[in-house]
Amino acid sequence: MSAPVVAVRDLVVVRGGVEVLPGISLDVAPGVTGLLGPSGCGKTTLMRALVGAQRVRSGTVEVLGEPAGSAGLRTRVGYVTQAASVYDDLTVAENLAFFARVLGVDRASAEEAVAAVGLHDTREKVVGRLSGGQRSRVSLAVALLGSPDLLVLDEPTVGLDPVLRRDLWALFHRIADGGAAVLVSSHVMDEAERCDRLLLMREGRIIADGAPEEIRRSTGARDVEEAFLRLVEGPGDAA
Amino acid sequence: MSARVTLAVAGRVLRQVRRDHRTLAMLLVVPCVLMSLLWWMFDGLPGAMFDRFGPALLAMFPFIVMFLVTSVTTLRERSSGTLERLLAMPMGKLDFLLGYALAFGLLAALQSALAVAVSVGLLGLDVNGPVWLLGVVAVVDAVLGTALGLLVSAFATTEFQAVQFMPAFVLPQILLCGLFVPRDAMPDVLGAVSDLLPLSYAVDAMQELVGRADQGEVWRSVGVVAGFAVVSLALGAATLRRRTP
Repeated sequence: MSAPVVAVRDLVVVRGGVEVLPGISLDVAPGVTGLLGPSGCGKTTLMRALVGAQRVRSGTVEVLGEPAGSAGLRTRVGYVTQAASVYDDLTVAENLAFFARVLGVDRASAEEAVAAVGLHDTREKVVGRLSGGQRSRVSLAVALLGSPDLLVLDEPTVGLDPVLRRDLWALFHRIADGGAAVLVSSHVMDEAERCDRLLLMREGRIIADGAPEEIRRSTGARDVEEAFLRLVEGPGDAA
Repeated sequence: MSARVTLAVAGRVLRQVRRDHRTLAMLLVVPCVLMSLLWWMFDGLPGAMFDRFGPALLAMFPFIVMFLVTSVTTLRERSSGTLERLLAMPMGKLDFLLGYALAFGLLAALQSALAVAVSVGLLGLDVNGPVWLLGVVAVVDAVLGTALGLLVSAFATTEFQAVQFMPAFVLPQILLCGLFVPRDAMPDVLGAVSDLLPLSYAVDAMQELVGRADQGEVWRSVGVVAGFAVVSLALGAATLRRRTP
């Protein structure tokens, strides 16, 4: 296996007096990695730590060989938060043009990003008038600007219709085929099968790490949801 | 810091304002209407009352309006996650702050140009100093409002709270700026407080321009206001954190 894109070692994060991440270690390799776990298990906090937005207590987070949040990484890491972080009072095209200028990326790349998320026909619409799914795709398009080497996507497919979800997962794989690492979080276990690799997370810890098939085999479960239950409750209770 | 990013931020802020027709219209028209109201109110009263109160009002508009607009817009940037996203990109904190200051400074220049044109041209405000200097005072004043607005937005978690900072931070400055009671006639303690408030100097500058028009005095006051603006911007920069708890 090649060198990991992300290497987290003994990361401790405390938020509001609660240890959200009590010493987590993990690697993320190129390809599409799913970070799966229930709401509130620390997925977002972990992702914020990867992009350098989270204040951490101890441990190390290395991204592309540099400490997370280093100035050199700011053009190489794309990040999509759960809420669409775009300007509601600008059009799709204006949002992309603005972020492209901040990143120092040309306009053609902005056009590509809009097309990649399937919003070409709505590019002149004001973002505030779009549906929730469309808004989150605008946010995703911003993260695609400049073809980053690592994409960190916090629940990008929540609330989208099945056709769109399938298309987005296809897009994630196309991006990964281009050599980038894509880390996608979700609390919906049935998205697991679409990932090359899974990190199952619960209460701030990684409870399983491997290809979906590997995890199913090692737990003797039919699907990842059942595997998750077996890992948490032991083999007896879950069947 | 990069000029490209600063200009990108400024351009984007101006585009947002331009799209919001109602806000833009209010920004430009309301000061003119209020100046006319002031003139009408004093019309027929003895003494040059309009010449006494007019300049102070011209100093207040850019300050109050930009304070409000900036505190709400930056609060929105903080809560919508766009600020976090920008700080994860190659954007310096100064780029963000100067972008805002530039955009709202330009808006203030436009706003003041209209208000001054109406006051001097239509309402007969007597200005002894150069009229363009009124515009300079207004722009510096607006940048101060923007800087303070950025700063207080860090201490508000909702737009309701942000708006409440206006009576808390701005009204005392209006009371103590020398408009109602000349600053040297105030009780000593209040006079000293007044000396520490930036709006006092902005009003001083405007009144000096209309009155004796000693340009050295005007520039000294403008310098003090600019100093306050720079300090507020620096404090505002300290509230923009790449890493948050």
